[in-house]
Amino acid sequence: MNLMTFAPALPEIFVLVMVSLILVIDAAVDDSKRYLAYVLSLATLAGAAFLTVRDLSTLPVLALNGLFIDDPLSDVLKLFLYLTTAVVLVYARDYLRLRGLYKGEFFVLALFALLGMMVMVSASHFLTLYLGLELLSLSLYAMVALQRDSSVATEAAMKYFVLGALASGMLLYGMSMVYGVTGSLALADIAQNLADGTDLRIPLVFGIVFVVAGLAFKLGAVPFHMWVPDVYHGAPTAMTLFIGSAPKIAAFAFVVRILGQGLESQVAEWRDMLVILAVLSMAVGNLAAIAQSNLKRMFAYSTISHMGFMLLGILAGTHNGYGSAMFYVIVYALMSLGGFGMILLLSRAGFEADRLDDFKGLNRRSPWLAFVMLLLMFSMAGIPPTVGFYAKLSVLQAVVEIGYVWLAVAAVVFSLIGAFYYLRIVKLMYFDEPHEPLPVAASPDTRLVMSANGLAVLALGILPQPLMAVCVHVVGASF
Amino acid sequence: MLDNLLSLVVWVPIVAGVLVLATGSDRNAPLARWLSLAGALAGLVVAIPLYTGFDTATSAMQFVEKTPWIPAFNVYYHLGVDGISMPLVLLNSFTTVLVVIAGWQVIQDRVAQYMAAFLIMSGLINGAFAALDGILFYVFFEGMLIPLYLIVGVWGGPNRVYAAFKFFLYTLAGSLLMLVSFVYLYYQSGGSFDIQTWHKTTLGMTAQTLMFLAFLLAFGVKVPMWPVHTWLPDAHVEAPTGGSVVLAAITLKVGAYGFLRFMLPIVPDASHELAWLVITLSLIAVAYIGLVALVQADMKKLIAYSSIAHMGFVTLGFFLFNPLGWEGGLVQMISHGFVSAALFLCIGVMYDRLHSRQIKDYGGLVNKMPVFAAFFMLFAMANAGLPATSGFVGEFMVIMAAVKVNFWYAFVAATTLIFGAAYTLWMYKRVVFGSVTNPHVEDMSDLNAREWLLMAVLAVCVLGMGLYPKPFTDVMHVSVVDLLAHVAQSKLP
Repeated sequence: MNLMTFAPALPEIFVLVMVSLILVIDAAVDDSKRYLAYVLSLATLAGAAFLTVRDLSTLPVLALNGLFIDDPLSDVLKLFLYLTTAVVLVYARDYLRLRGLYKGEFFVLALFALLGMMVMVSASHFLTLYLGLELLSLSLYAMVALQRDSSVATEAAMKYFVLGALASGMLLYGMSMVYGVTGSLALADIAQNLADGTDLRIPLVFGIVFVVAGLAFKLGAVPFHMWVPDVYHGAPTAMTLFIGSAPKIAAFAFVVRILGQGLESQVAEWRDMLVILAVLSMAVGNLAAIAQSNLKRMFAYSTISHMGFMLLGILAGTHNGYGSAMFYVIVYALMSLGGFGMILLLSRAGFEADRLDDFKGLNRRSPWLAFVMLLLMFSMAGIPPTVGFYAKLSVLQAVVEIGYVWLAVAAVVFSLIGAFYYLRIVKLMYFDEPHEPLPVAASPDTRLVMSANGLAVLALGILPQPLMAVCVHVVGASF
Repeated sequence: MLDNLLSLVVWVPIVAGVLVLATGSDRNAPLARWLSLAGALAGLVVAIPLYTGFDTATSAMQFVEKTPWIPAFNVYYHLGVDGISMPLVLLNSFTTVLVVIAGWQVIQDRVAQYMAAFLIMSGLINGAFAALDGILFYVFFEGMLIPLYLIVGVWGGPNRVYAAFKFFLYTLAGSLLMLVSFVYLYYQSGGSFDIQTWHKTTLGMTAQTLMFLAFLLAFGVKVPMWPVHTWLPDAHVEAPTGGSVVLAAITLKVGAYGFLRFMLPIVPDASHELAWLVITLSLIAVAYIGLVALVQADMKKLIAYSSIAHMGFVTLGFFLFNPLGWEGGLVQMISHGFVSAALFLCIGVMYDRLHSRQIKDYGGLVNKMPVFAAFFMLFAMANAGLPATSGFVGEFMVIMAAVKVNFWYAFVAATTLIFGAAYTLWMYKRVVFGSVTNPHVEDMSDLNAREWLLMAVLAVCVLGMGLYPKPFTDVMHVSVVDLLAHVAQSKLP
């Protein structure tokens, strides 16, 4: 096997070339041609998807001297990353244009973030993992700060940056401990060395604690969640939409690569930590969400609780568990896109539809959009026949399989609490009268994508098998 | 076509509901109404072969359909009915037609959404009765909450939001714990969500007891049993007439059905062990809730409490573990479906004219609405359990069964014959008899043709079932006897 091959990294190289190209082109054209960046970005995503599909791998392939891995897991996750990024661009376009943010920088930063995520899902080495994470994070910090006149957004960017840097530091510290114990940064070598046994238990566990803390920061799991509501709330909604969707998929890959592949043999050590993180996230996320009157903040807390649910799948430490967590995170990205997308859709120039009251009487203003939002809310609450139910079901069966029935009971109790605030949105849309009976002004293409988004939640709920089979299959083929 | 009969029974109403929804705004309301009626009638027509083609000699599942649905979890699209579920499917399809007709003129706002919600819910309920796969059942069982939540919340009365939330969250609490039980059973049975496989799975006593409690909460909330019954009066008072009819006649039965399909056969040892608990709760429902009903000033609340008392008979009958009790419980379920539907429709008739449900606002109705008063009398008598009405059959069978087990059970249960008569007839007296005191009652007109039709159909059902219950008991007899034999066997490892 020639380890110094570049071929498996072709999609990444393509995205990088295209980003540079967009950067140059956008600098040369005037304001009337801004759509070029938009079109080129979508073309980049389509091209990357083509390259990924062309070389779908059935077995893991190492490349770039073992820094990079191309396996079924990374291929599938990348395809979902392209998809979510494309949907974000479509939803965000009108919103950005009305706020003077429709510039090349947004697209360049989004694509750089995408590149970082692609590296994260394909990393087989602590260094590449870290590089991908930093590329993603720095792009996101800049995106949040893009609206530079807004003090709220700047504050959010500052918080995000400082806490993100702290988390990166913890992660690096933990990685260095693991390196000290195993003598390697490559995940496969680490797994091999740990499986052979080590005398250095204390430094190893110490390292794992820091790694898990760093990961929890990035996921926004309690008690490392403080940045999530402020950033979600402060950032322009288009950026929140992006932060709340694609990076979660990458974060899943990140956690599974480190814990599931590198530290697989230490599952007994990190499982208990994840149990605590998961229970706290579900509890704090769901309880705090009830008290919010701002929809973006509410979704921020709901994200925290959803990440808790996803951790349930990972902490099982089985293929079944990773598969269910993957299913969960993809479904979550889909729902989150729809939820934030709806805020964008209802926003107008100088008006953010991000308060709960802005959804009052939506059924009068637009029955179809209200129905789509109803599907999304019931899906987030995990009520069948929407796909959110199967996501919850799959992580529950993963924890019951390892004998943690009490954890499953705790999870359903918290999801019951969570159902309350999703129901409240449905109540506002259907039971209340609107403040202003204006019809919703949204462009046809965003409406179309939103309809597809909502119907996907229902269609995947009626026929969940294809997506579920893909998740089970790629996890089995990649581990 | 007979191969897919149950699928038709489930999906015809749902597809009809989606079509009705597509008619859009209230400009097309007449179209939405006729389309809904056509859909509901089609749903009833496809359900009739279930009865005519039913083999009463076997307890095996009939009209079975089975195709893989989610192979990743070994979940099947598995439908089938036996003598226990088939009458309930028919009852539901029948009630849906009544509900559509009942909402014909009353609902003027968002007609398409209203009708569609009922049709879709009807299909989901049929699915819950016919599902033989745990996950499939759960999807239908939970899915029906969504339309019902909207029905109560959108078309209900002043306190509708509170009622809708209470109803939704109470029910969800129970069913989520049931879901955990299902997942646990999945692993205990070696990776199957098949309900009939679960019936054979051996389980330790601790697991059985915990699952018993989860099932008790899930189905007990739905029935509803004392002390988790408080959502029902709230939801009923606030729901539109159609919503009340479906709630009382159908959704409560889903809970009772769950006892027979899940709790008793899956955890028989715990059920025997803890039968005292359910019997106690049922007797409290019968006696105490009967007294609560007596003091209600709101007619809908009164009937809602009387529903709880009547459903107490059903659960009591099930936990006596003898054929008479079970069949009595089942007959009581069907009968209560007719009687409560009829009474809520009666209240709906009065409410449409006077816009009040308070007993004190009425009086002397018989002077203005003699035909209505006659029908109302019949249904009130049935609710009180008068012989020759359907209400008598079930209660009598359950009391007989209770005497065999323990005289005092029967003694407490029999108080319903007094309380039931007291609260129903006292309400009837105050509403219908006496002189007209409220000037608005002077203006009330008697039944129109549509209302007369509804009343007449239900009156035939109530009397028919009371005079000749054999067609109902014949259908369920073999299934009940075989299921009882199964429940009598220990499943301890």
